[in-house]
Amino acid sequence: MLFYVLGGIAVIASLLVVGQRVPMYSVLLLIVSFIGLAGLYVLLDSPFAAVTQIIVYAGAIMVLFLFVVMLLNAPREEALVRSTLGVSIGGRPLRVGAILALVFLAELLWAFWRAGRTTVDAGEAVASVSSVRQIGVELFTTHAFAFEVTSVLILVAMVGAVALAKRHL
Amino acid sequence: MDLVYIAHIGVILFTFFMLLNSAAVLVLMERKVAAFLQQRLGPNRTGPWGTLQPVADILKLLFKEELRPLAADRWLFALAPILSVTAAFSAFAVVPWGGTTTLFGLLPEPVPLRVADVNVGILVLFAITSMGIYGIVLAGWSSNSKYSLLGGLRSSAQMISYELSYGLALGAVLLLGNSLSLTDIVNQQSGYWFGVVPRWFIFIQPLGFVIYMIAGIAETNRAPFDFPEAEQELVAGYHTEYSSFRFALFFLAEYVNMVTVSAVATTLFLGGWHGPFLPEWLGWLWWLAKLFALLFFYIWMRWTLPRYRYDQLMHFGWKVLLPVAVINLLLTAAAVLYWG
Amino acid sequence: MPTLSHYLVLSAVLFSIGTAGVFLRRNLIAILLSVEIMLNAVNLTFVAVGRYIGSVEGQIIMFFVMTVAAAEAAIGLAIVIALFRQRETLNPDAFTALKW
Repeated sequence: MLFYVLGGIAVIASLLVVGQRVPMYSVLLLIVSFIGLAGLYVLLDSPFAAVTQIIVYAGAIMVLFLFVVMLLNAPREEALVRSTLGVSIGGRPLRVGAILALVFLAELLWAFWRAGRTTVDAGEAVASVSSVRQIGVELFTTHAFAFEVTSVLILVAMVGAVALAKRHL
Repeated sequence: MDLVYIAHIGVILFTFFMLLNSAAVLVLMERKVAAFLQQRLGPNRTGPWGTLQPVADILKLLFKEELRPLAADRWLFALAPILSVTAAFSAFAVVPWGGTTTLFGLLPEPVPLRVADVNVGILVLFAITSMGIYGIVLAGWSSNSKYSLLGGLRSSAQMISYELSYGLALGAVLLLGNSLSLTDIVNQQSGYWFGVVPRWFIFIQPLGFVIYMIAGIAETNRAPFDFPEAEQELVAGYHTEYSSFRFALFFLAEYVNMVTVSAVATTLFLGGWHGPFLPEWLGWLWWLAKLFALLFFYIWMRWTLPRYRYDQLMHFGWKVLLPVAVINLLLTAAAVLYWG
Repeated sequence: MPTLSHYLVLSAVLFSIGTAGVFLRRNLIAILLSVEIMLNAVNLTFVAVGRYIGSVEGQIIMFFVMTVAAAEAAIGLAIVIALFRQRETLNPDAFTALKW
């Protein structure tokens, strides 16, 4: 039951992100979607993933987006083709785009259905207590190299972002 | 629907109610302490020693006219104070304020005096504090006025800068406490060394405590880090255009944030509800005493120190506090490794 | 009781919404937001499959994906700011200098 509520929040918020014309509302709706996803992670017995999602995604990345939207003062998006609904584009591009997205969704669902028939579709989850301690041990021993490379990656991203967005180099 | 379940719900409602009351008490406490620091009397007309002053303040705020600038974004303007207050109250959900109690033996089993014991408690605290930034950013942006926008941007930039040092100070406590759950960390601080000195983490981690308090004061936008609300420069910063009940909500959010930061400092560094001479079930009295000592410190800081200029503030946050927090974390890790 | 299929279907729906956003929106920031939706859908898949196999690797991979997404969002937004300074618009159709 809770799964449907949280999943519904995530899906509806994402739909509104894609269909909303004011950029500020898009960013805020995406935050709502992230919070819905964090709830789903809690349902999946992964509290660490849920909290990290909120700290990193909803708390840091979205603040970055919000600052950029405020800095650039992005206006309401003009509709590509005038439409009667409040969506950002209308007419033929909307129909083609929507049909393409539905085709893609159908492909993905068919792929999952095919995969589900061959392997054991675990109806009941394997009882696992994935505590933070386990994640830490696994992260720093088996995946230590990836961890260090990721930190270098973030450093590169920081330097790159500052260099790209400066006015005078 | 047994008695213990009802007792749990009662504890939750009681915590919420007490948080609201604490904001009211803080209104009076701030004005009285400020007055005594400035060698005057403070409010003493409304009720004996001014004890009805918070009631008067809230009534005044409620009766004011509810204004909204014409060009302001309707939904975000209304949403921003709600976000601030929600984040402020929710962060208190993981803080334990007492041991367990059986309500004088009425209950079949003891009920813990907290809202929830999440096994990733410290991270939840951090997450909800990050969400509190949105209230301020949205208030600044949606008011559509230059003072608000500048105040909102400065305030949120300050908050995200000091969040890093906040998190690193929490990380050092995490190393000592070996657990992410706040209840476990408090329970590790029970007992005494040599029978005299309590096992509080502040004695092992004094630098961490200082970093945490400084970062906490910057997070709650209080002096000396309250440049975004500076009356001389920015009228009132991000809540310039707010009046009446919405302003009261921002006010409330600021005080409850203060209480939360002090409560977490009490829990992590000062031993929570452990203290001498009192039985276990009266431990919350010690917790309250420590909380009010820290709140007094907060108010004392506000009325003693001059305000940081904005660039000094950012310089301090990034170039002084963050390296010190990192070094503190490294030293703590080395000490834990060496002494086990 | 949600099974793994429920989570996979939800993830597929979110991923296609993100894809639709990437090729339907005419605003650079909205395109970046849609990319974030796609990355989140993938994160959900990883954590769900990790839970149902009983391994903690799902959360670890999700952690790495999240970090890479943060780095990519930062650089993407810096590029958007630099582009905006050139043309004063956020419409991707205005950047045609590399077209033939």
